Amino acid sequence: MDVVLLSRIQFAVAAGFHFIFPPLTLGITLVILVIETLFLKSGEEIYKTISAFLIKILGLIFALGVATGIVLEFSFGTNWAQYSRLVGDIFGAPLAAEGILAFFLESVFLGVLLFGRNRVSRRMYWVSAFLVFLGSHLSGFWIIIANSWMQTPAGFAIEGGRAVLTDFNAAVFNPSTVIRFLHTMLAGWITGTLFLAGIAAWYLLNKRHEAMPKIIMKISLIIFIFSALAQFASGHSSSVQVAKTQPEKMAAFEALWKTTEGAPLSLFGIPVESERKTYLEVSIPKLLSLLVHFDPNAKIMGLDEFGPDERPPVLLPFMSYHVMIALGSLFALLAVLSAFMLIRQTAYASKWFLVSMIAAIPLPHLANEFGWISAEVGRQPWAVYRVLKTADAVSVVVPAWQVLFSLIMFSMIYLLLFTVFVAILLKIVKKGPGATAGGY
Amino acid sequence: METLTFLQTSWFALIGALLAGYALLDGFDLGAGSLLPFLAADDEEKLVVFNSIWPFWDGNEVWLVTGGAALFAAFPHAYATVFSGFYLAFMLVLFALIFRAVSMEFWYYDEKRRGLWSAAFVAGSLLPSLLYGVALGNVMVGIPLAESMEFTGNFFTLLRPYPLAIGLLGLFAILLQGVTYIAMKTDGAVQNRARSIFGRVWGLFIAAMALSFAATIVYMPESLSNPLVWISAAVSIAAWLLCRLFASGGKTGLSFAMSSLALLGLWGIVGATQFPNLVRATGNASLNITLYNASSSEKTLWVMLYIALIGMPIVIFYTFYVYRIFRGKVMITK
Repeated sequence: MDVVLLSRIQFAVAAGFHFIFPPLTLGITLVILVIETLFLKSGEEIYKTISAFLIKILGLIFALGVATGIVLEFSFGTNWAQYSRLVGDIFGAPLAAEGILAFFLESVFLGVLLFGRNRVSRRMYWVSAFLVFLGSHLSGFWIIIANSWMQTPAGFAIEGGRAVLTDFNAAVFNPSTVIRFLHTMLAGWITGTLFLAGIAAWYLLNKRHEAMPKIIMKISLIIFIFSALAQFASGHSSSVQVAKTQPEKMAAFEALWKTTEGAPLSLFGIPVESERKTYLEVSIPKLLSLLVHFDPNAKIMGLDEFGPDERPPVLLPFMSYHVMIALGSLFALLAVLSAFMLIRQTAYASKWFLVSMIAAIPLPHLANEFGWISAEVGRQPWAVYRVLKTADAVSVVVPAWQVLFSLIMFSMIYLLLFTVFVAILLKIVKKGPGATAGGY
Repeated sequence: METLTFLQTSWFALIGALLAGYALLDGFDLGAGSLLPFLAADDEEKLVVFNSIWPFWDGNEVWLVTGGAALFAAFPHAYATVFSGFYLAFMLVLFALIFRAVSMEFWYYDEKRRGLWSAAFVAGSLLPSLLYGVALGNVMVGIPLAESMEFTGNFFTLLRPYPLAIGLLGLFAILLQGVTYIAMKTDGAVQNRARSIFGRVWGLFIAAMALSFAATIVYMPESLSNPLVWISAAVSIAAWLLCRLFASGGKTGLSFAMSSLALLGLWGIVGATQFPNLVRATGNASLNITLYNASSSEKTLWVMLYIALIGMPIVIFYTFYVYRIFRGKVMITK
């Protein structure tokens, strides 16, 4: 098998599995911060018990995030050595900054959250919760910078075949950084809050811990409602940004085979690349042009503008982009519904609502993964957009059989980890808040 | 000194400092993990060992993450050559680190399979502790490199006598960190076990050092003409002697500090031997990967230096603060 393809699959497995955990961390650290703030203000024991329970879950999720994150950091050297040589001058810096300015912060103060409740003042404990929240979001910020630079590279010049930094601010705040950061953080909040709301719903359905799940549910839903609605706006801006800065990616998302004035927004279809045709297409005329340019007759570039070796594949980005948007729309509906249920005060008792909340737990993960697949596959054949092709980024000294071996190992290890993770999570949830924590 | 040279030299030192921080801090939890079968006889004692490292291991591992990323950012060619060249060896390290990261949590909650998870924790600690030194020994003694800076050897190239000797030395230095740390942080049965195996670990450290010295005479005698190598070795050996002295006097904190200093001395030998090389090429010194031919641009090194000089003192400050929060002996509250 081809070493480029194998390395791509391995990176997809490693990043796709890792990406289960950080979004959860983002949302859960926010909820913990809110609950710790309530505890700091009111001093009511119930907040402390809830927080201890959530921190226990966070500890497990964080361990898996660390375990799978280290793999990614080193895979640029192991599998993408040419990439490291050619763009390391720019790409390495945000990773190092992430370590120094963010990852240390969240990891060190997570120790305080997990084991330091009785060793620091109430105020200092709150500060630790805040720093873990801040650290995990800053961590996301630097990682998004690194990835956004691959999408819309800026602040560099090519010297002797290598990309060399010319303007750090331009590289950091490249055209897609800010909008992709907001989009990803909101995705994390949706993921974390629906996860916790689902757990709370399970307690409410089983009539356990009466007061505590109501508090978890209420806080999670309020954040979720805000995030899911804001995500609609951020998703829109993100798509507009893609259309403007990576037109071939947007053309693939929409299966827009030819440059069109007054391009339609595709709702459904089965694009067939060999025939350059979309079967069973359902679309709204002129809407794509309207959304991107505020002009129903504006011209949108189609795939025919790009040579065969500079076009992304269509089927996978098209499908994942559409599934992501469908899920995002579902979250917006769920947000409106949740707001209604909260106001009517039926959110804690309505059986069908609670069952839906439990069923919703995996959905944000699907949206995250599909969003990430559309962003990354839509950028192909480039590793760094219009700078370095993926095929030229791979390590030249690593034979295919070694990558195949490591790919099989990672797949098996991650399958095992996921199984045990879910089993332990269920165990912690079944035990519920109030069970004593270990340690120190 | 030209600006670029100054920056390259600073980054050589800074990456050395980050990896030394990793060796000292993660060293004690890797060491404790590797020695777990000798330190703890039952689940309750294992919990004592786990509790002694639990609040810290995450933060400790970030030193590796940051050191690796700094190497990537400052010397991308060295990063690319070493990680792609030592592919299978680093995959083993990564598999091990994955299991080490999750196995304490899994052990705690998955009560039916505690044997499995504590074995995973031991293997996950032991394997990296050995392989780090092997990797370091390789870049010190030299590996076959092409003009393109690519590694031209294979997996077995890595398993030559010199790197294996350095691997053993690294392993025993890490074990010494672990055993002195556990003696400092625990009391009762676990502390007694740490004390009883201390002598053997302490002896193995100097045996591995003698072995490495012999290997150095055979494989890279030129490094012995460097006075900094001798000074660092003297610091390391003096600290090693004091480590025993303090241990037998019951001064466990000082004994741990001396173990750390002995490890720092070894790190000094590495730095003195390597400068200005990052990866030596066998047979042809003109193919060496050095801090001059492998570095990023002046601009990148400047930006990174600002980030490191502002960020790292803060990191060190709060790391110190959090260690103080958890000072004293571990208590079980289970």
